[in-house]
Amino acid sequence: MPDATGLELLAHELGDAAIETVYFRNRATVVVDPAHIRAALQTLRAKGYGFLASVHGVDHYPEEPRLGVVYELLDMSRVDRLTVKLRVPADAPRVESVTGDWPTADHQEREVYDMFGVVFEGHPDLRRILMPEDYEGHPQRRDFPTGGEPVIFTRNETTWLEALE
Amino acid sequence: MEVKREPVPRRAGAPGLPGADAGLRVQSLNARQLLRGGDLEGANQPAHLEGSELEPELERYVQERILTTTLDDAVAWARSNSFFPLAFGLACCAMEQFHTAGPRMDIARFGFEAFRASPRQADLIILAGRVSIKMAPIIRRLYDQMLEPKWAISMGACCSSMGVFNNYALVPADKFMPIDVHVPGCPPRPEALMHGILKLRKLVQNDPDRGWRERYDAVGTEEAPSGV
Repeated sequence: MPDATGLELLAHELGDAAIETVYFRNRATVVVDPAHIRAALQTLRAKGYGFLASVHGVDHYPEEPRLGVVYELLDMSRVDRLTVKLRVPADAPRVESVTGDWPTADHQEREVYDMFGVVFEGHPDLRRILMPEDYEGHPQRRDFPTGGEPVIFTRNETTWLEALE
Repeated sequence: MEVKREPVPRRAGAPGLPGADAGLRVQSLNARQLLRGGDLEGANQPAHLEGSELEPELERYVQERILTTTLDDAVAWARSNSFFPLAFGLACCAMEQFHTAGPRMDIARFGFEAFRASPRQADLIILAGRVSIKMAPIIRRLYDQMLEPKWAISMGACCSSMGVFNNYALVPADKFMPIDVHVPGCPPRPEALMHGILKLRKLVQNDPDRGWRERYDAVGTEEAPSGV
């Protein structure tokens, strides 16, 4: 991990893109402006954080801006980890894709799009990856209704007699 | 003049099975008819042929060696003893399903030993595991590809009621295909699946097991549906 000072130096490298730095329990996090996420990640990649370990989504409902995307970076020569976060509003969830830099982001961004509805601009093939393609809604959002299909028991099933009426 | 109608006789033990009585049925022949080559027209024979001294012995000889039954029953017996299940598993329940084919449960005792890899050759599908919304059309296609007559067992809580995964991803099997036997459990032990399979055998043999309400004479004690 970069220490707190190293985190500040990294954030200084990012310039205006860095909004906030959080250093909590030896975990270094940079919150980045979503408009500059790709440039910021490219800068960090040039600094040695070459491995994109994970891309995942968060829903901070009811906070605004609501949807978050988290990038976990790893510097494999120094075994140094860095978390990059961004937040976008749910009515305009547009983030630039980093698939061009890290091909591993392809499926992970598709999963974030599938589950949270974050649209990654510039993604080569932004389709649903887990749910059926004709599925409506993004099931991991926190305002998505829990519970699935109502279970049919004998007391609430429609008999053929009732169906005739 | 009022015509009194006799109630249509119905075979006991086959409620709710449409077409159970509608199949082709071979008329039972007595020994004399069998000796004449099964001539059904010969039911009213001239009196001079009866009373021969040889006939009681012949009749007993034949009766001891020939079993008469209906074709329906014979076919159902054969079908229920030669199920070809589809080699098909969805999740952890499949592990228990494998064990029914193992030496302890030994499903082969009931003619189950041939798990078919193609739905065209199978007549039983055991849905062992959870069915996701994405998997449901595939399972439905497999079921549609099976040739009639075909049966389906829903194994485990997920497949019947989605169990602990009652969320956006799963769908119960009853929503997209007909299920003959539901086996509860999470996952059901191999014994439970065997119990379900034996229930299905009885179902195929037109002699379904009665529910516990009939067995314990408790019809009418059903719980009142909520909100009614």
